[in-house]
Formats: sequence, structure tokens, C-alpha cells
Amino acid sequence: MEGDVQERQIMSSEEVQRALRRIAHEIIERNGGAQGTALVGIRARGVPLAHRLAQVIAESEATQVPVGALDITLYRDDIAIRADHPVVRRTEIPFDIEGLTVVLVDDVLYTGRTIRAAMDALMDLGRPRRIQLAVLVDRGHRELPIQADFVGKHVPTARDEEVVVRVEEMDGATDVRIVRRKNR
Amino acid sequence: MTEAALQMGKRRHVLDLDDFVPEEFEEVFAQADAMAEVLARPIAQVPALRGVTVVNAFYEASTRTRISFEQAAKALSATVVNFTAQSSSVVKGESLVDTVRTLEALGADVVVLRHAMSGAPYLVARHFSGAVLNAGDGRHAHPTQGLLDIYTMRRHLGEIRGIRVVIVGDILHSRVARSNLWGLTKLGAQVVLCGPPTLVGPASYWEAVFPNVRVCYALEEAIAGADVVMALRLQKERQESGLLPTLREYIRLYCLTPERLALAAPHALVMHPGPMNEGVEISPEVATCAQSVIEEQVTNGVAIRMALLYMLAGRKAEA
Repeated sequence: MEGDVQERQIMSSEEVQRALRRIAHEIIERNGGAQGTALVGIRARGVPLAHRLAQVIAESEATQVPVGALDITLYRDDIAIRADHPVVRRTEIPFDIEGLTVVLVDDVLYTGRTIRAAMDALMDLGRPRRIQLAVLVDRGHRELPIQADFVGKHVPTARDEEVVVRVEEMDGATDVRIVRRKNR
Repeated sequence: MTEAALQMGKRRHVLDLDDFVPEEFEEVFAQADAMAEVLARPIAQVPALRGVTVVNAFYEASTRTRISFEQAAKALSATVVNFTAQSSSVVKGESLVDTVRTLEALGADVVVLRHAMSGAPYLVARHFSGAVLNAGDGRHAHPTQGLLDIYTMRRHLGEIRGIRVVIVGDILHSRVARSNLWGLTKLGAQVVLCGPPTLVGPASYWEAVFPNVRVCYALEEAIAGADVVMALRLQKERQESGLLPTLREYIRLYCLTPERLALAAPHALVMHPGPMNEGVEISPEVATCAQSVIEEQVTNGVAIRMALLYMLAGRKAEA
């Protein structure tokens, strides 16, 4: 059914890296440095993105900000209405988030439901000073009153389109594409 | 959203490990790893199963298993209803099937069943539209215990394939031994069954069903080079029913002592499903030695039961 799939690239590997560099600098600027800041990537692709942001911050500020990985599956709002539950992966936040500025990192911001779940999950682990949100792509169609503090690219999309982010560390290549599957 | 959904053989119940395939063990263990992280948090509770009702129906006395299931369900924010035979209409003669219909009408999503009759969970599974978890039926099966035992071995030894596990004690009457046998042999371990002939039975009985199983009536011989030594609780009634000449003789021949443990591999794990008769099937020194993972079995039990509750809670019979 290859003919039924349309796709186009909206960010190349270089554009992704450039956007992450800008976001890293915005995080530093907004928070007056990198002290007291931690990055928490939402599984799956928020995690490598958070590590890349931490690397840029380390190069620019000579500060190694802590990086964690958050799995939000057990906080989803649709578990009760599904028969087949999604796979739960380990949350790995090996530092105390109490009093820190935690920047949540995700690849795509869409309905906002994942971010709502992520904030609940984070609060159960401690009381951060504040939570900010960094996303590579904001594709619109929010269903909750949530917005990102740092955005790589705003991409107007239709609901029947899918925004697919690939990152080298997990997928062997880095880019962002819009995919439309017909006859669905 | 792109994500992997759980497979779990698309099963609705966990009644025994005899119908598990190796991939399902891996899936349960991976979920238990994630649940173990939740249990290690200062606030060990997540909202995943809010609105799900788990009924612990215990028709046979059990403290550990019931508390473990209750803790698992609560860590996932499920509503827990405890039901014990003494406190229910069972004393008035209500049948198991009637009770299940009542629980169904009250909105139970998962029934965790402990029953003295082998096969009782299968009867419940036929009349209940939600998921049934067997928490021990007669001498037949105790799948969550088998899973937590194998999970504990895997965490310490890495691979199950090729390891040698010795189970010592009253094998014939043990649902723990049977569920471990199914799981371990499916995953490629070698199992040695040890105990007095009256409590183990003939080798042919076990060899007819399980691959890689060996029967050995002498503990010293069975234990040589073992990677895991699992002692089972000896029920005092066995002596009264004539299957054991004397308790003292059992202790002399089969108690897991430091001297006997020294014959196993240096890294060998000591396990016991509890509750222990210290000084009977296991000596107090061995129960608390560095090689003992008995306490860890209890914590891992909660993680395994959380994994199973999470995986099965949405499963319903086709309407």
C-alpha cells in the first residue's frame, strides 16, 4: 500500500541540531544560567533530545546539568478505556528534583495529554521549584490548556497527519517528517 | 501516538505457567522491572488502575500472598475488596459460582483467587467476564510465586537457560514446585527434585511431563554444583499422615544447613517461598546468610503482581 502514504521532510538533521542549540541557549537565558536546572526527557524520543540539550549546555556553560528519563504510561488518562495496555518502561531520574527547575523535554507537542501525565508523574517524585517544557515540534490541536516554553519549530498540521521524529541514537538517522496515510 | 502494546498472548487470565511461552515471561519480567522502580519511590503509588476493582477472594488462609496482592493493587491505585471464606456467605453454603456472579454484579474487574481445591480458578474463569489470577489452588499451581521465583533468579544469575535449580522438600503436595517446574523448564533450566521418596514420588512421574528434570533422593548429591537451592515448607501434617517416619529424620537428611549449602556453586542462591519452619527444612544460619534472597522474593512478588494486574486489568470476555 505504498501509494497510499504521502510524506515530506520538515526538518533535516542539521535543522534539528540547530533548533536544539537555540533551545539550549534559551533555557540558559530564561533561567539565568544552568545552575539548579535539570532536564527530564519523556520516553521514548524526549530522552535522547534531553541528552543533546545537556551537551550543548555543558559546552556553553561548563555546567553538567542532570538528565533523567520519565515514562508516563502509568499516568495516562486512557488506560481504563483500553483493553490492551501499553508497555511500561523504567523511569530513571537518579537525582532529587526537590527545588530544581525541571525542563521536561519531548519530541512532539500535540494534545497536551502526555505533558499533563508527565507533570503528575514528576510531582509524585518530589516538589520541583518550577517545571518548564521544551519540545522539538509543536503541531497544534491542544485538548488541554498547556503550552511549551521552548519550541524548535511550529508546524501547522491536519489531524489525519502524523509527525514522525527520528533521532540518530534510537533510529539511526535524525529528521522530522509529516506522514499522511490515506484510507484510514 | 506510536507505542508498543502489551502482547501477553492476549490472555485474559493467569491460571498456571503451563501455557506461557518464553516471550511472555520476558514481557512480564520487563514490566516488573518498571514496577520495581515505582516501589522504590518515597511515594510508591501511581494512578494507572484508578477505577479498577480487584477482588482478593481467599478461600484458604494466606497472609503473605494476600498482602502482596493487596499492596500491588494499591500501588496501582486500584480499589481493593478483600473477601475471605470465613467472613462470607461461604459458611452459609453459597457456591463458588454464585459468589462469582455476585462479584461480577458488584463490578469486579479482576478476581485474585486462592482455593484449597485444585482447578477452582478454572471454574471461576469460565463464569467471570473479567480477568482471573490464580493465587494458589490446591496442590496444582501457584503461578505468581513461580514467576517471582524465576524473576529473582534472573536478576541475580542473568540467564535462566542452563542453570541448575534444586527444589528440596514435599514436592508431591507443592503447587509452588509445580509452577516453578513449568516456568523453569520452559526457559531451559535443569531442575533437580529432592526429598524423601514418599514426598517426591518416582522419577518417571515427573520425567513423563517435564524435560530436563531429575529426581534425586539424597540432598548432598542433588545439591552438588547447583546455582539455586529452593527449600519448601514442610507441613507438619505429613508426619501425621504417615508419609514421614519422624520429623527428626527429615531434618537429619533434608534440612538445608551451611555444610550442605557449601556443596552448591559458590554463587548459589538460597530461596524459600515462605513461611519458613526454621530448623526444619532450612537452618536459621542459611535463611539469613549472604546467599539468601528470601526477603527479596517478597519485594519481587509485589512487583510481579503489579505487572500482572496492570497487564490483565483491561481484559474482558468478548461480548
